[in-house]
Amino acid sequence: MTLNIQMTNNAIAINRFGLGARADDGSIGDAKQWLLAQFDHYQAAPAAWANQAKSADLVAEYADKVKEMRKADDNTQNVVQTQNKDANPKNLFKREIRDDYQDAVSMRAASALNTPTPFVERLVHFWANHFAVSIEKPAVTELAGAFEVEAIRPNILGNFTDMLMAVEQHPAMLLYLDQAKSIGPNSIAATRFAERNPDKKRGLNENLAREILELHTVGVHGGYNQTDVTEFARALTGWSVGGLGQAAKKMRNAELTPITGANGFAFQPILHEPGSRNILGKTYAQQGKLQAETVLRDLAVNPATAQHIATKLARHFVSDTPPTSLIDKLSNSFLKTGGQLTQVYRALIEASEAWQPTPAKFKTPWEWLISCLRATGKQNLNGLKVAQIMNQLSQPIWKPGSPAGFDDTADTWAAPNALLRRIELAQRIANPLGDKVDARALIDKVLLGAVSEQTRTAITRAESATTGLALLLVSPEFLRR
Amino acid sequence: MNRRDFLRVTALGSVALLASPYISFAAANTDRRFIFIIQRGAADGLNTIIPYADPAYAKLRGELAIDVSQATKLDGMFALHPALVETAKMYTSGQALFAHAVASPYRERSHFDAQNVLETGGTIAYQLKDGWMNRLLTLLPPAQNEAIAFASSVPMALRGKNEVTSYATSNLPQAPDDLLMRVSQLYAEDAQLNKLWLAALEANNMSGDAQAKQGPASVGKLAASFLSKANGPRIAMIETGGWDTHSAQESRLDRQLKSLDTMIAAIREGLGDSWQKTTIVVATEFGRTAAVNGTGGTDHGTGSAAMILGGDVKGGRVIADWPGLGNSNLYQGRDLNPTTNLNTLFASVAGESFGLDANQVTKVLFPETANGKILQGLIKT
Repeated sequence: MTLNIQMTNNAIAINRFGLGARADDGSIGDAKQWLLAQFDHYQAAPAAWANQAKSADLVAEYADKVKEMRKADDNTQNVVQTQNKDANPKNLFKREIRDDYQDAVSMRAASALNTPTPFVERLVHFWANHFAVSIEKPAVTELAGAFEVEAIRPNILGNFTDMLMAVEQHPAMLLYLDQAKSIGPNSIAATRFAERNPDKKRGLNENLAREILELHTVGVHGGYNQTDVTEFARALTGWSVGGLGQAAKKMRNAELTPITGANGFAFQPILHEPGSRNILGKTYAQQGKLQAETVLRDLAVNPATAQHIATKLARHFVSDTPPTSLIDKLSNSFLKTGGQLTQVYRALIEASEAWQPTPAKFKTPWEWLISCLRATGKQNLNGLKVAQIMNQLSQPIWKPGSPAGFDDTADTWAAPNALLRRIELAQRIANPLGDKVDARALIDKVLLGAVSEQTRTAITRAESATTGLALLLVSPEFLRR
Repeated sequence: MNRRDFLRVTALGSVALLASPYISFAAANTDRRFIFIIQRGAADGLNTIIPYADPAYAKLRGELAIDVSQATKLDGMFALHPALVETAKMYTSGQALFAHAVASPYRERSHFDAQNVLETGGTIAYQLKDGWMNRLLTLLPPAQNEAIAFASSVPMALRGKNEVTSYATSNLPQAPDDLLMRVSQLYAEDAQLNKLWLAALEANNMSGDAQAKQGPASVGKLAASFLSKANGPRIAMIETGGWDTHSAQESRLDRQLKSLDTMIAAIREGLGDSWQKTTIVVATEFGRTAAVNGTGGTDHGTGSAAMILGGDVKGGRVIADWPGLGNSNLYQGRDLNPTTNLNTLFASVAGESFGLDANQVTKVLFPETANGKILQGLIKT
C-alpha cells in the first residue's frame, strides 16, 4: 500500500469499522466504546426495510405466478405472438421481479445510510456476502432481500450456529444451490417416480452440501472428501421449500406430512434418504430433518470453521493479507465461546492489529458508494437506482455470480476501468449538489484529519465546487479505509 | 479538447509515463493475436463435443444424451452440440480444433481453487501468485506487451508484473476532461492508483466507437475492435460464466453455447483479415459428472473438452486419447478421466502461435508442470 497517511483511532472506527463519516455526525467520543455500544443499539428490522415482503408469502405468490404462466403458455402455444411485448404476461412478470429486486437494493442502501450502528451494519454486509446467494435464478431475485432481512440481520449478534441454520433453511439458499430439487435415491419419492418413469432418473444434487463445506463452514482445506460431500447431500435431502420444488401434499401417514418451518422452509419426509450417514468420520443415525441439522451443528463449531471465519473477518477489517496473530485471536475467541459472534467482534476491537494507522483496505464499490452518499448526505441519486449503479460499478448486489460471494481484496476492485467508473460516478453525485456542499469544509469532517497536503490542495484549487467534491470522493484517502 | 489531445497534452506535461504505452501499441511488430476465453463454472465437455460412438454415453447421460442425428458429426467418434452453428462451419473449413478428455493438474472439485490453478498455471491452488498469460508477455518482444481484459477487474490469468489494461462499457456519463486532468495530478504521487489510472485512460482512448451493449455479439465485436487495430494489443482474455449446470442443463447449456458461438463469430467478423493470424483458446476449470444427476443436470467432475479456433489453426479434427466412459474407465467411478494436461495444450498452442520454443514456453508458463509430452502441429507457423 502506497498511501502514507495516519488515521486516528476515531477515523479508524468511523471509516474502517463503520461505513464512513456523515457530514452532520457529532463526535463519537471514545472509539472502542463507540463500537462496543453499537451491539446494544442495533436494529435487526429497521424502518428502512419496513416494506420488504416475507419469504413465506413471496414463495407462495411466486409458485402461483409460475403456474399461471404455464397455463398461459399452454393456451398460446400455437398462436403467433404479434402483440405488444410489454403486454406479454411473462415480460410483465419479469419486470415485476426486477422492480422488487431494485426496491430491495434501495432499502438496503437506505438502511446503510440511516443506521445508528454503522459497524454492525457493515457486519450485515459481510455476512450476507459470506453466505452469498446470486440472483441468476428468478426465484432468488425475488427472495434475495428477504433472505438478508430474515436469515442474516437477526443473527449477526448471536451464535454462528443459529445464523448457519437460518441461512441453510432459507428458501433463497435452498433454491439458489439446487437443494429444493434434490431427492434421496432410495427415498419414497424416488421409488414412486421410478415406477412411473423408469427412463428418467431423479436423485441427488450435491451443490448445497459442497458449498456449505467449502464456503460456509470448514473451508476448502477443511479435511473433507468427495464421499463426505455425497453423504452430506444425502443427509440434506428433504430440505425443501413449501409450495415450490416438490409439491407439499398432505399425506395419509402422519410421519410423511411435510414439516414446515420459518420463512417458507419445508422438510419433505418423502424426499429424505433413509439410513444413517457418515460425515467427517462421524456417524449420524438421526432421522429426518434432525440429521442434517446435527451435521450443521457440528460443522458450526469445527476448528476449521473458526479458522475460516476468523481469516475472512480479519481480511475484511484489516488487510488483504491479515497477520496470523490477529487470525489466531479471532479464531480462539470463536472456539472458546462456541461461535458467540459478539465475543469474536470484541476480540477484533481489542486487537492492536486492527488499529494500524495506515489505511490498508481498498474500498469495494459498495463500500465506496455508501461512503460517498453518507459523506454528501444524499439519500438517493436523482432517479438513478442504487441497483443500477452497482451494476455499473461491477458489483451487482446479491449477484456475485458464484456462491463464494464477491472478493474482498484490492486485486479485484482496484482495476483501471473500475477507477474510471468511480470518477464518472463521483461527477454524477457532485453535479446536482452544485455549491450546496463545500468540499473544503467536508475534507476534515469525512477524512477526520487523515489527508495529505496534496489532496487538500487539489480539492481547494478545483475550478468549481462540483469538481472539488468529485475530487474528494475519488481521492486516494477516500478510496481506502 | 478531445480525449486523444488531452492524453497528448498531459503526456508532454508532468505525467511522462503516458507517452510510452501509447507508442508501444503503434510499434507492434508481430501480427499474431491470442485470445483466451475462460468458461467459469465447469462447462460440460461431454455434451459440447459429444462422444456419441462411446457405447456408455447414451446410458450415462439418460435424458440429457444428445442424439447424434441432431448434432454435427465431426468424425466416427465425436459430434458437436447443435447450438454451435458457426463453430461447426469453422470446423468444416479447418479453422477449429477440439481437444477432449483434458484437465488442468487440479483433481478436487472446488470451482474457485480449480480456476486459480487453471489461470495461474500451477499444480495446486494459490501456489503461484501470477497468471500464465501475464508470464507469456515476458516471452514476447516488448512491443507486443499489451494485454486487455474485457471485464472491469483483471482476472487471475492476466495478473502479474506485466502491465494489463481492463475495459468494460459504461452507461454513466463521461467525466469532463478537466476532472480527468485533475485526477491525473491527484494520483501522481500514489504509485498504485497512478498506474491504474494511466491504464484506464489509455483503454478509454482506444475504445473508439465500439461503445456498445454487453451481449455476446457486442463483446466479440469490442474485443475484435481492439485486437484489429494496427497498434492495438495482441493478447486478450474474455470471461464467460453460467456453465455450472447442476439442474435443467439441456436448455441452459444450449443458451450458453449459443452465446459462445455468437461471440466467437463476432470476433471472426470483426477481425477481418487479422482472423488469419488469430488463435482463440476456449477452456474451463474442470468437467462435469459423466452421468446425469437427479435434477436434470450434472455435478462437478474432472475431464472436459477445450476448443482451439482461428484462421491460423490446423483444424478440422478432434484430438483425444480417449479413455472411454465404461464404469472402470471413469475417474473415481464418476468423471471423464483426463488424458491430456490442459497446460500442455496451452503451452503448445501459445508456443506455436508466437513461434516460441515449446520447452521454454512450458518452463515459463507452467513451471510446476513436469516435462510431459509436447503437442505439435496445432497451429500454422
